Amino acid sequence: MSDLKKTALYIQHEKNRALMVDFHGWLMPLHYGSQINEHHAVRNDAGMFDVSHMTIIDLHGDKTFIFLRELLANDVAKLTIPGKALYSAMLTPEGGVIDDLIVYFFTHKFCRMVVNSATREKDLDWIKTHAGRYCVAIDVRDDLSLIAIQGPNARDKVSQLLTPAQREDVAGMKPFFGIQTGQLFIATTGYTGEKGYEIALPSELAEDFWQKLEQVGVQCCGLGARDTLRLEAGMNLYGQEMDETTSPLIANMEWTIGWEPQDRDFIGRKALEKQRNAVSEQLIGLVMQGKGVLRRHLPVICTDRQGNTCHGVITSGSFSPTLQRSIALARVPMNVVEHATVVLRGAPQAVRIVKPVFVRNGTSVID
Amino acid sequence: MSNIPTELKYTTTHEWLKDEGNGLYRVGITEHAQSLLGDMVFIDLPECQRRYGENEECATAESVKAASDIYSPLSGEVVEVNTRLEDAPELINHSPYDEGWIFVIKASESLQFDDFLSPQEYQTLIAD
Repeated sequence: MSDLKKTALYIQHEKNRALMVDFHGWLMPLHYGSQINEHHAVRNDAGMFDVSHMTIIDLHGDKTFIFLRELLANDVAKLTIPGKALYSAMLTPEGGVIDDLIVYFFTHKFCRMVVNSATREKDLDWIKTHAGRYCVAIDVRDDLSLIAIQGPNARDKVSQLLTPAQREDVAGMKPFFGIQTGQLFIATTGYTGEKGYEIALPSELAEDFWQKLEQVGVQCCGLGARDTLRLEAGMNLYGQEMDETTSPLIANMEWTIGWEPQDRDFIGRKALEKQRNAVSEQLIGLVMQGKGVLRRHLPVICTDRQGNTCHGVITSGSFSPTLQRSIALARVPMNVVEHATVVLRGAPQAVRIVKPVFVRNGTSVID
Repeated sequence: MSNIPTELKYTTTHEWLKDEGNGLYRVGITEHAQSLLGDMVFIDLPECQRRYGENEECATAESVKAASDIYSPLSGEVVEVNTRLEDAPELINHSPYDEGWIFVIKASESLQFDDFLSPQEYQTLIAD
């Protein structure tokens, strides 16, 4: 495992007896004993994740805003208040998803993007290829670490570690904003369906901050809990719900496409416009009543409104610790009825098709 | 370092056996196996009073990560199953050698307990 990259928090993970795994070339904590306990900590109290493997990219230059309006499928022109963030796909000309990301607007000359770790190199290549024309400088912030603190008590616990000035800066922050305050970049974003922060800070400060979070009772959480939390929240994972062979229109990302104004010619627009009137698949949620766990790649047997059998596939499946049964995201044809079947280990199991969100702010939303 | 009690015997498929006398053997999965599987979420127990052949699939331990088959280490009749696991599968994580036992099987023929892996041999197996 010596070739794997380590975050600035590696020693803390070892100290907390994390099970470390190879996550796309990074040595990352899967769990610190029980991923289910970590999951519950986030739903009921506060948990923290080292997500320093993600790539933070600062964009500087007079034409930064113009560049991003071409690069991203969502329209950064929606962002008018400094600090406001936007979720967007970055598309190929064919309309496939290169990555999904969050972009923060500071000024028309300075924005920040946070992209996935598994796609880092191809993202940077793609961004640099298109940035040159606009003379936008790409500053990869490998000097920063990123810690997500999530859960109903997350903000209160973080608050105990802030200076009075920082506390004032974050007071009343609305969802999906980011603010630089002192050494911390504090954002009201997350990947769990709970309130909380994602905090970027200089890596030399990360260990001290992590330990202070532990002292105020924030539970260390690994990538295992991160995956079940985002699945319950119905959030996509790049490489599972979508990739370069997938249109955002069949990955529940239609809402992230900035169709207006019609003359904004973002990369992938022409392809999406052609697909738009012929969307034949959708991403839905599955809930299973019986024992067993739905897993990625399993086929889903559905029935359309005319009574014909048709097929789909599970893109992400797991056990939901909050709902105490298995849930999944699956891609199925349009116009299917609620009742479907998944064959688990040779036995057909009834599953129910629901909207692809299962838990919000600690509460089931499926019943 | 995994906990491998010295009074037990082991299989290459990570079950442990405890000699209960009178041809009865209590079976579970090792601490090493549960740590690889992660948090247990469902256990499919063997059928009580059913006969299983040696190395026959008889139960399933499903964790957050994967479903894993559990094999009968010997041929015989299952005489008792740990029904507590139906509501508390996490007992396998917390107490794999005690409260997390899975079933008791009555051997159909007298067997050499020594045919199974010793604690040292199991330690070597999982070290590889």
